[in-house]
Amino acid sequence: MMKHIKLVKKGRLTEVKNKGCGECQTSCQSACKTSCTVGNQKCKQEN
Amino acid sequence: MIHQYRLNGINIVLDVDTSSVLTVDDLSYEILELYEKNSHQVIINTLSSKYKKDEISEALSEIESLIKEGLLFSKHDYNPDQYGNTDLIKAICLHVAHDCNLKCNYCFAAQGDFEGEKCLMPLEVGKKAIDFLVGQSRHRKNLEIDFFGGEPLMNLDVVKELVLYGNQVAQENGKNFKYTMTTNGVLLDEEARQYLNDTMDNVVLSLDGRKEINDHMRKTINDQGSFDVIINNIKKMADLRGDKDHYIRGTFTHFNLDFSKDVRFLAQQGFKSISVEPVVAEPIHDYAIREEDLEALKSEYDQLALDYLNQENEGLDYNFFHFNVELDQGPCAYKRLSGCGAGRDYVAVTPQGDIYPCHQFVGNESFKMGHVKTGISNHQIKEHFDAGNLLKKDDCQNCWAKYFCGGGCHANAYNFNGTIMEPHKISCELEKRRVENAIMIEIIKDDQI
Repeated sequence: MMKHIKLVKKGRLTEVKNKGCGECQTSCQSACKTSCTVGNQKCKQEN
Repeated sequence: MIHQYRLNGINIVLDVDTSSVLTVDDLSYEILELYEKNSHQVIINTLSSKYKKDEISEALSEIESLIKEGLLFSKHDYNPDQYGNTDLIKAICLHVAHDCNLKCNYCFAAQGDFEGEKCLMPLEVGKKAIDFLVGQSRHRKNLEIDFFGGEPLMNLDVVKELVLYGNQVAQENGKNFKYTMTTNGVLLDEEARQYLNDTMDNVVLSLDGRKEINDHMRKTINDQGSFDVIINNIKKMADLRGDKDHYIRGTFTHFNLDFSKDVRFLAQQGFKSISVEPVVAEPIHDYAIREEDLEALKSEYDQLALDYLNQENEGLDYNFFHFNVELDQGPCAYKRLSGCGAGRDYVAVTPQGDIYPCHQFVGNESFKMGHVKTGISNHQIKEHFDAGNLLKKDDCQNCWAKYFCGGGCHANAYNFNGTIMEPHKISCELEKRRVENAIMIEIIKDDQI
């Protein structure tokens, strides 16, 4: 237990084994169409 | 690399390469500001007039332990080529109508016709486009078709036929099509609403917000405001949609830098899924967002975030697209590195069957990639977009937000800087503030669980 720092989310970006399948949504198709947003998408493997 | 910032009274630290999020006390925040360029002793000496030495040492020790765990100042080399699939396309934007029943001032489609002939996509062209998509998708199962325009409801009969055809083709080929329509709502009568609700996986409804704001930019063919024409149709569509995916999609411009009021207005109308984002336009236009608007817009996103967090107290219940961030189950590094799918795994098809990297390149002949009947013929364009990943963009290398935007929109980059490899600066600045707020919102939500 840390006193000064709280780890809110342990990022998993470096976990790349078996990733990159490309089954997730294309970045521009959801509700933007004039920007690019990838950080709000879900990994299809985890749905 | 880390990014540290203070927002809504919280000291937030993002470890960029792992995407870990931490909150820290004031002491640790100040230590982290000094950490990379100073020894422990210098840090202790610098801060000892403000904090007790043993407290500083304790915080330093926590930081050291997180570094050892790889959660602070982490460094990870990703291989961008692992995500490259040069011949694979998984999504198409079908321009079923190069015509529109509105004439919005800021329309990048030149009021629907993309500076070409006004026309509707014939059924045969649409079918060829679907065949092209299936052929190019190889082993990918989940494919996307967005019915776009102009105004796609002007060609609804063809859309209906294409959905039937798509379903048949999907079944025959073991594919799963996800259909989306983006509409301005003018022709959204009861029958159209029911049809879209039954068949579309997502419906994007264009409405800018307050009546006077919407009507200033979104005009009818007779130069009248469109708000009164569309509002009831869009409300009924959203009501029918319920929890199924849909978005009220607005655009803000230089004329409504106070766009949080438009988001609030839309939420007050009962809309639950809202996406309002900046217009992308060259500075010659009076409505364009310019650099001097940036500070006001950043403050506006901060205000919107506070409103968003307070929505329950105001009796509101809505989701704002750009404050969604997936910190637990977000996309993998390869997806984030490849970013914008234009010309790579996503293309746009015109009513004539011509293929372009995305809807925003349509009409620019030098970006024509091929035709649905003959496939991709200009492989140089495809290769150019394939190679346009995050790690090859100089401006992105030292940007903390790179794994959230994936390097930005290639069309914006090209339109402003003449190359897809140099992101559009104003868009970057606004994206960064949206992400900062989105993370802050997640932290507060996490605390409430």
